[in-house]
Amino acid sequence: MEYQAKELFAKHGVTTTLGTVVTTPEEARAAAEKYGFCVVKAQVKAGGRGKAGGVKLAKTPDDAFEHASNILGMQIKGLTVNRVLVTPATPPVEEYYFSFLLDRANRQYLCIASVEGGVEIEEVAKTNPDAVKQIAIDPGSGVDEEKAKAIVAEAKFPAELADQAVAMVLALWKVFDEEDATLVEVNPLARLEGDKLEALDGKVSLDDNAEFRHPDHEVFEIKEEEDPLEAAAKEKDLNYVKLDGEVGIIGNGAGLVMSTLDVVAYAGEKHGGVKPANFLDIGGGANAKVMADGLHIILGDAQVKSVFVNVFGGITACDEVANGIVGALDLLGDEATKPLVVRLDGNNVEQGRRILSERNHPLVTMVDTMDGAADKAAELASA
Amino acid sequence: MSIYLNKDSKIIVQGMTGGMGSKHTTLMLEAGSNIVGGVNARKAGTTVELAGQELPVFGSVKEAMTETGADVSVVFVPPAFTKDACIEAIDAGIGLLVVITEGVPVQDTAEVWSHLAGKSTRMIGPNCPGIITPGESLAGITPHTIAGKGPVGLVSKSGTLTYQMMYELKDWGFSTAIGIGGDPIVGTTHIDALAAFEADPETKAIVMIGEIGGDAEERAAAYIKDNVTKPVVGYVAGFTAPEGKTMGHAGAIVSGSSGTAQAKKEALEAVGVKVGKTPSETASLMREILQNL
Repeated sequence: MEYQAKELFAKHGVTTTLGTVVTTPEEARAAAEKYGFCVVKAQVKAGGRGKAGGVKLAKTPDDAFEHASNILGMQIKGLTVNRVLVTPATPPVEEYYFSFLLDRANRQYLCIASVEGGVEIEEVAKTNPDAVKQIAIDPGSGVDEEKAKAIVAEAKFPAELADQAVAMVLALWKVFDEEDATLVEVNPLARLEGDKLEALDGKVSLDDNAEFRHPDHEVFEIKEEEDPLEAAAKEKDLNYVKLDGEVGIIGNGAGLVMSTLDVVAYAGEKHGGVKPANFLDIGGGANAKVMADGLHIILGDAQVKSVFVNVFGGITACDEVANGIVGALDLLGDEATKPLVVRLDGNNVEQGRRILSERNHPLVTMVDTMDGAADKAAELASA
Repeated sequence: MSIYLNKDSKIIVQGMTGGMGSKHTTLMLEAGSNIVGGVNARKAGTTVELAGQELPVFGSVKEAMTETGADVSVVFVPPAFTKDACIEAIDAGIGLLVVITEGVPVQDTAEVWSHLAGKSTRMIGPNCPGIITPGESLAGITPHTIAGKGPVGLVSKSGTLTYQMMYELKDWGFSTAIGIGGDPIVGTTHIDALAAFEADPETKAIVMIGEIGGDAEERAAAYIKDNVTKPVVGYVAGFTAPEGKTMGHAGAIVSGSSGTAQAKKEALEAVGVKVGKTPSETASLMREILQNL
C-alpha cells in the first residue's frame, strides 16, 4: 500500500511526505487540523484509486472528516478500504513517472522513466512511446552514481532538477536493491513549487523468497485484511489460495495443482458447473501432519462439498501420502464430514493404494486417473 | 543421443551431505547416474556412503572438478547460500549447473545470470526438478522409474507435471526430460530446450509444458514458428487461476491480462502447436503424432 511504500522510501532517503494513516473519520479530522489543505487517500493494494473516488482534496478538517467517512468502507476493485492516508496537499507543477522493476524476459532489471505525465503513464506509453524511456540495468553492477546520471540524462529530466533527480534515483535504487523488491514505482514523481522533487505516490512489490533476510517486512502484512482461510493456511506454512467453488483441492507441486484446478473446472461443466474451491500445494513433505493441516483448512471452507486429493509421487512417496491421509482422517475424527476422492500415482503407488484400501474409510474413494478422479469429485460436489 | 546430459556425464553434488542432498544423491545413483563426489567446505576430505558407494567430499567445486573430471553439478544448498554456490561452480567452469533449490530470492538469481554472461556454464533452474536422460543419467529429483528411453523430448516449468506427463507417455519413453523451473528468472528457457531437442537426432517429437505468468510460452511459440521442424504438442496449466495471486511457483502469477493460460494457448495454437486441455489429452495428441511418424 502507498503508506507502506512511503515508509520504505523514507527509510532509504527518498524525498516523500509520510502523512498520517487513520482508520476513522475523527482521526482524519485531527490529522487535517495539523496539515490544513490536505488529501485524503484510500489505502488498498490496487491501482485506480483516484478514478474509483478514493482520493479527495480536503480544504478544511470537516471536509477531511466527510471524505474519510465516504472512503472508509468503500470497495475498490473488490478490496474494502479500512484505512486512509491524510497528507498535506502539495499540488505538483509537473508530474513524472519513475520505476525500477524485474525484467523477466531479459533476465535483468529495467528502469522506466518519463517526464511526460505521471498518473496516466500507460496512456503515454501508447500514444507517445518515445516519451517513455526504458533503460536496462545489469543486476551484476546495479546503479551507481554514473548510471544514475545516465538515467537522468536519458529520461531528460529538466537540467535544474538533475542533481535532485540523481539523488532520487540512487535512493530508489537502494529501496529496490536493499529491500529485495521486484518493483519500486513512483507515480507521480512530482516537481513541486520551488523546484522540489518529491515522491507523491508509490508502490513497492517485495520478493516473498527473500523474506528470510528481511524479518522487518512482516509488518507490511495486514493480517485482518487477509481471507481468514488464507491467513490460517499461512500460519501452517501451507501454500493456499482461496477460490470461489465447491471442490476442495489438495495436491503436490504447483504445476500439478494448477492443472488439477483446470481439470476439475472442465469436469464441473458436466456436473452443474461446480468449480475448484482452492489452490493448495502440500509440496514435498506430505506427512500426516501436513495432510491434516491441509484437510482441516479445506474442510473449514463452508462452500466445499467434496475434496480431491491429487498426488503424483515424485519426491513424495505415495505410501507416505496414504499414511498422511489416513492419519489426517484419524486426527480430524468427526470433523471430517465431506467425501474425499484420492488419486495416487508414482513412487510406491502400490503400497499407497494398499494402505488406503485396507483402511477402507467410508469417506474415501480411490480413482486411478486424474481425469476420472476429477469427474468423481465434481459429481460428488454437485450431488 | 540426448540433450545436455548423458551416460558419460560426471556429476558432483553441492549440498550432498544435507538431508535433501543425500536422499537425492542416493536416488540419482539408483538411476544410474555417475556421481563422482560432493562439495562441502566444512567436510572436505571425508567420504559419505550412499547407495553402497563411497563418495568423496571436496572442499570446493574447483577441487572436485580437478580430482574427478566432473562436468555437471547439482545444487541442493539452502536458498540463502544458493547464489554463492552457483557463482563458485560457474567460476570453476562447470559445464552444466542444475539448481534444484526452491525459494531463491529472484535478485540472487538475477545476479547469478548476470555473472554467467560470457561464461561456458549452462544453468538449469533454480526451483526445478532437474534433467533426466532415461537409462543414462539423472541430474535432479525426477523419479527414474516413471518412464524409459524413447523418442519424446519434454520441457516443462513444473516438476510434478513433468512426472505426470512422463507417466502418461511411459509407453513411448523420452530422449531427455527437463524441468526448467517455475521462478521468474531461470537459466534454461523453453526456447533453449526446444533448440536442443530440434538438434538432437534421437528426439522425434517435443512436449512443451507451460503455466501462467510471464511470456516465455509466447516467445517459445514465436521461436517454434521459425526454427522448429519437429512436431510440438503443448500444455498450459492455470486456466482457472485468479488475477494477481501467486499460484505456488514464484513466477506463476497473472498480472492484468498478461500471463494468462488462454493467451499462451492461443499463441501456441497460432503457430500450429496442438494444445491439450488436460495432461492426458495432451498425451493423446502426442501419441497420435508418434503413431504417424
